[in-house]
Amino acid sequence: MTLDVARIRKDFPILDRTVRDGRPLVYLDSANTSQKPRQVIDALTEFYERHNANIHRASHQLGEEATAAYEGARIKAAQFIGAADETEVVFTKNVSEGINLVAYAMSNATASGSGARSSSTGRFRLGPGDEIVITEMEHHSNIIPWQLLCERTGATLRWFGVTDDGQLDLSGADDLITERTKLVALAHQSNVLGTINPVRMIADRAHAAGALVLVDAAQSVPHMPVDVAALGADFLGFTSHKMCGPTGIGVLWGRRELLDEMPPFLGGGEMIESVWMDHSTFAPPPHKFEAGTMPIAEAAGLDAAIDYLTEIGLDAIRAHERDLIEYTLGALGEVAGLRVLGPADPASRGAAISFTLGDVHPHDVSQVLDELGVAVRAGHHCAWPLHRRYGIQASTRASFYLYNTAAEVDTLVDGIRQAQRFFGGV
Amino acid sequence: MQLESLYQEVILDHYRHPHHKGLREPYDAEVHHVNPLCGDEVTLRVSLKDASGEPVVADVSYDALGCSISQASASVMSELIIGKTVPEAMTLADEFLRLMQSKGKEEPDEDVLGDAVAFAGVAKYPARIKCALLGWMAWKDATAQALEEQT
Repeated sequence: MTLDVARIRKDFPILDRTVRDGRPLVYLDSANTSQKPRQVIDALTEFYERHNANIHRASHQLGEEATAAYEGARIKAAQFIGAADETEVVFTKNVSEGINLVAYAMSNATASGSGARSSSTGRFRLGPGDEIVITEMEHHSNIIPWQLLCERTGATLRWFGVTDDGQLDLSGADDLITERTKLVALAHQSNVLGTINPVRMIADRAHAAGALVLVDAAQSVPHMPVDVAALGADFLGFTSHKMCGPTGIGVLWGRRELLDEMPPFLGGGEMIESVWMDHSTFAPPPHKFEAGTMPIAEAAGLDAAIDYLTEIGLDAIRAHERDLIEYTLGALGEVAGLRVLGPADPASRGAAISFTLGDVHPHDVSQVLDELGVAVRAGHHCAWPLHRRYGIQASTRASFYLYNTAAEVDTLVDGIRQAQRFFGGV
Repeated sequence: MQLESLYQEVILDHYRHPHHKGLREPYDAEVHHVNPLCGDEVTLRVSLKDASGEPVVADVSYDALGCSISQASASVMSELIIGKTVPEAMTLADEFLRLMQSKGKEEPDEDVLGDAVAFAGVAKYPARIKCALLGWMAWKDATAQALEEQT
């Protein structure tokens, strides 16, 4: 199952370019956004050149073709993550919007007269005494929506801590997930630590306590086979731009019975059944949650990205990345004063590797790397509380994908040593 | 290599041996500023005194966590503005801001900016401009608060 990385690299036109005085690009920032293969770029172009029209409401051939492209992407996305059917796939702008959709559906259910008339919406209603549980390793987009929801409803936000070696601290799980818990929201894979979390085990506990489970899969779906049923999730979000697809489109998957019960989030065109001046009724899911003109060409691009990844094989991608992680952890381990955040075992982590380099600040490390053509990310990576937990302000993160090579890791490590020499003695 | 033009010796010197660092008494105002892009932080105090009717920067003290650019910039700034009148220091701050926004196309005036001209290279790196400005923005904010309290 080894990848033909040389052949894969030929699919990505951007990997041919040079940066900063003619250096070959070494792109190690795929956890931020991935590069795009020719197949995806072509799908976007073809949509605009051949099929462009608005969907569902255009009474002409192009409208039919555009609708088929958009709805075809939904079917493709549903199959990709093992959804029961495509009506469980809601297109969003990104994972942040998907998480906000669930959070606002909950507060809309809580507020009176919001369309949440059925008694079955009880599990979405929140008030004082109810609890939302998240983790200390979440991206801000899986923290802030819940903070805001708790402010709106009077519910309490609680969280799992993390251990020194970058795992969720499950020791207090019984105290944390209780009959007061309404929802548990957690990352499948940390965008900083790389940790792959035991979602199934936490989901089983949450369900036993009557709580719902939302999984932020932004960092896992692009890199490994993900099956929503096997994970035991009730909601799961992922985004196209981190998996070789275009920006501007993401997926919120939700179990159909939950989507049926949930009040809408954004109101507007296309999400309705009937509209009067004083009230409206809504379309069934997923369209109930898709107001206004959606990213149609981007859906066609996401479809092509799923085809691209499926053809190569998510198992093969995961195996390639595991080899790279092992190689990288070994090479970084040789650098004096370098501290890798997160698990040391490649089997329990994904391809995002964050580190600190003694007193050399991550911004200075990344500046030296950038000069050498190596693109990484420096900062708190939208996980400020996690950095605070480890007593650091920021870290440097190298993240890998199917197109990266061990030779690129060598360039990274050379650059890190140069940074150390340049700022040495500081 | 471009690195030396960005990280000039003056910058590295100030980074390794920051001037006026550490929080001191007395002070008229204290602010805490962060760069939300990277989490860099500075806590900065200003002490003003009155000299023949004009406010003068008596002291600037700070505690900062951050990259070499932000640390060195706070150090160079305090060196430049302590002892200046507030209007003189504000002019310097504006001049420095203009340099940072020049996209590297402007020749800085060393007579005006002193050691701060070393940061001219930073203006070519949009991601780093906020680092260089962190201390200056904190000082402007703290000074405005100190002046407000005096009136």
